[in-house]
Amino acid sequence: MSKRRPYVRPMDGWWRKNPYFVEYMIHEGTAFFVAAYAAVLLVGLVRLSQGEAAWNGWLHSLTSPWYVLFHLAALLAITYHTYTWFKIMPRTMPPVVVGGERLPAWAITGTGLAVAAAAGIGLLAFVWGMAR
Amino acid sequence: MKPTLKRSNAPIFWALFGAGGMLSALFGPMLVFITGLAIPLGLLLPADALSYPKMLAFTQNFIGKGFVFAVIALFLWHAAHRIFHSLHDIGIHAGTGAKLACYGSAMVGTVIAAYALLSIGF
Repeated sequence: MSKRRPYVRPMDGWWRKNPYFVEYMIHEGTAFFVAAYAAVLLVGLVRLSQGEAAWNGWLHSLTSPWYVLFHLAALLAITYHTYTWFKIMPRTMPPVVVGGERLPAWAITGTGLAVAAAAGIGLLAFVWGMAR
Repeated sequence: MKPTLKRSNAPIFWALFGAGGMLSALFGPMLVFITGLAIPLGLLLPADALSYPKMLAFTQNFIGKGFVFAVIALFLWHAAHRIFHSLHDIGIHAGTGAKLACYGSAMVGTVIAAYALLSIGF
């Protein structure tokens, strides 16, 4: 190591200086909610494998206000993830050419959001049907 | 002697990230609403929608098992990849340790999910 200490520009909080990067950090941050929700489901799955009493205990634990608050926050975060996922999609997928014209970004985003809405409603309908 | 060209493992992690991102974008919000809000608060859905016999039957079904496994495992791999690559942005110069912590926890979660689903049986 050299005895000289060259100046290194501090980068702390770089993303707070530009709204574009704030948005970037928020949409990357949705990953924490995706991970936490997967962990909640994983615990539920393990409880399910342990029998009826364990499963009912898990279901009951979800009624605690802390869990409800967490799920409200997770719903917001993961819905935002859905929005940004399809907003970025025109730039993350190869160009789609339809009739010699490149498919515009809004069409890709719009289709993605429409499919997501349909998937969500389909899932709700499935659980509804399973419950009856 | 070290081979000069080594196959990168990045596409595997990237594919898992993409698959998990797509699955969570499609089903994530409604799943959170159903398991985290509708059932605990008694909104909209019948109270016994996720009762033990129903969920047992669902996870014993081949397709149901696959869906539960895909949701848990791919959500974890998606989040692990995204968090791992964001470490750099907040000034943590991620090395092998961070990679092991991120992908390792996704791997552990995947194994636990697979074990639980297998022990539930068919």
